Amino acid sequence: METYQVDLSEIALRIRREIVRMVYNAQSGHPGGSLSIADILTVLYFREMNIDPKNPQDPKRDRLILSKGHASPALYATLALRGFFPVSDLAGFRKIDSHLEGHVSREIPGVEVSTGSLGQGLGVGVGMALASKIDGLDYRVFVILGDGEMEEGNVWESLMAGYKYNLKNLVAILDRNGIQLDGYTRDIMPLHDIHAMVESFGWNVMEIDGHSFSEIENAIERSKRSDRPTFIIANTVKGKGVDFMENNPKYHGSPPESEDLYRRAMKQLGEEI
Amino acid sequence: MKTESLRDVYGKELVKLGSVDRNIVVLDADLSSSTKTGYFANAFPDRFFNMGISEQSMVTAAAGLALSGKKPFVSTFAIFLTRTYEQIRQSVCYNNAPVRFVVTHGGITVGEDGATHQIVEDVGIMAGLPNMNVIVPADSVETRSVIDYLAGVDKPHYVRLSREKFPVINDEDYEFRMGRSKTMRDGNDITIVADGVMVSKSLEAAEALKKQGIDARVINMSSIKPIDRDAIIKAARETGHIITAEEHSIYNGLGSRVAEVTSEYYPVPVRRIGMRDTFGKSGKAWELFSYFHMDVKDIINEAMTCLEEKNYENIP
Repeated sequence: METYQVDLSEIALRIRREIVRMVYNAQSGHPGGSLSIADILTVLYFREMNIDPKNPQDPKRDRLILSKGHASPALYATLALRGFFPVSDLAGFRKIDSHLEGHVSREIPGVEVSTGSLGQGLGVGVGMALASKIDGLDYRVFVILGDGEMEEGNVWESLMAGYKYNLKNLVAILDRNGIQLDGYTRDIMPLHDIHAMVESFGWNVMEIDGHSFSEIENAIERSKRSDRPTFIIANTVKGKGVDFMENNPKYHGSPPESEDLYRRAMKQLGEEI
Repeated sequence: MKTESLRDVYGKELVKLGSVDRNIVVLDADLSSSTKTGYFANAFPDRFFNMGISEQSMVTAAAGLALSGKKPFVSTFAIFLTRTYEQIRQSVCYNNAPVRFVVTHGGITVGEDGATHQIVEDVGIMAGLPNMNVIVPADSVETRSVIDYLAGVDKPHYVRLSREKFPVINDEDYEFRMGRSKTMRDGNDITIVADGVMVSKSLEAAEALKKQGIDARVINMSSIKPIDRDAIIKAARETGHIITAEEHSIYNGLGSRVAEVTSEYYPVPVRRIGMRDTFGKSGKAWELFSYFHMDVKDIINEAMTCLEEKNYENIP
């Protein structure tokens, strides 16, 4: 595996800037839940995952499924910065002459699975982990879920399957930002005690600060020693890094609505003006 | 006439394929003793996954397996697969993951279990999906050939089998070809295009019509999508009126697809025999065909009506 001597915080900031730029250019897209997973993706793609942009179909590669496919800007920015396709492609996000579909599409280099309808990614991850068992390969399968997504029954069915087949190389990461499209998850459909709920399904559950590189890294390292599938509850802030977007349900699916707000966001994310 | 179970042939053929191709994996949702994937489960327990009564989990896992180079066969009852329509759309078809859905207990031949279990909409639902291919075999011989064909495909496929045994109407050496129909009996007075068990019923009807001096062509259109357009256009041109017969709703199934082809390329009257926008009901499987006006006599009657119309049209 290549090792990257890189400044993770610089990369995460760059990803965040690209996210805001993409949704502002497209005047559509989902910035809130993209900004909340930027640090998680940074650690996965620039430190943890065994991947090679020059050999994206290597059977031994680690897989990542962004089950919350509306956070496509975050994944696209990450893949571009990691070298899967040119960063200049990001300007085409959601446009008719671009390959960067509104929701995550498998046509894009580095993307394993098309997603966008919630609740399905963990199940696909179960299938990929089963395949690794049959083939005797020890690649890892990461699935990033949203907390609103936990309301989908498919997720719980797949949790059962992950336990049954003891898929130790399957790691689900929950972007626990507390907000879904219509408002706060605690109001829309409260997840009483998500930690206990998933643990009772037989999974190895950890809870971390989803914006701390060391906690993310540490949790993923610990998951390698687990004798069960792992579920990491990453407590995050929706809209992280942009003051007017943070914890604001409005920015689940809306871009900055004026150039002033766009400039303000970019400045906060470290853009030199 | 000799009858044979399609699902039993399916289960046995899977074992045969599984012994030569290690990439074949099978998923079921607690119905393996009915769908007959249980044979495979016994032979290759490491490549069989009983996902429990969790069809959404089953379908998404199958997508993951297919995207990792496996050849998944997914089985349950036809009715229960349709609850995962959206998983099939997003995770299977949009990803173009070559998942082979082979469902049993399609249509009204489910019999006594009644309307809740008799799905007559599935062919239309599946054929509407981009990348999906749809096959409704007519008998056990065709089923065996279809299952062999599925081992080599690189796109999603849906194959609808039945609970009941069907009359065996194909010779042992018959080979299924995707997108191609088989003319079971030639004739130039009228054409009956059928799929599934309705092919054997149509052959019976054609036999009876022959006694009245009417030559009916009978086409087995097991490949619903892609459909054999040429055979339909040829029939329209050579025989005029077409009757379709399917153990399915007349909406969105074989009848609709045949009518699409004729109306675009060679318009002739198309009369559809099938379920007429209604749910099924409990009863013995073969009684239900008469109850829903889908039996041999109904095909004969429809043919006679068509021919009367044709004669009327031909009066100068």
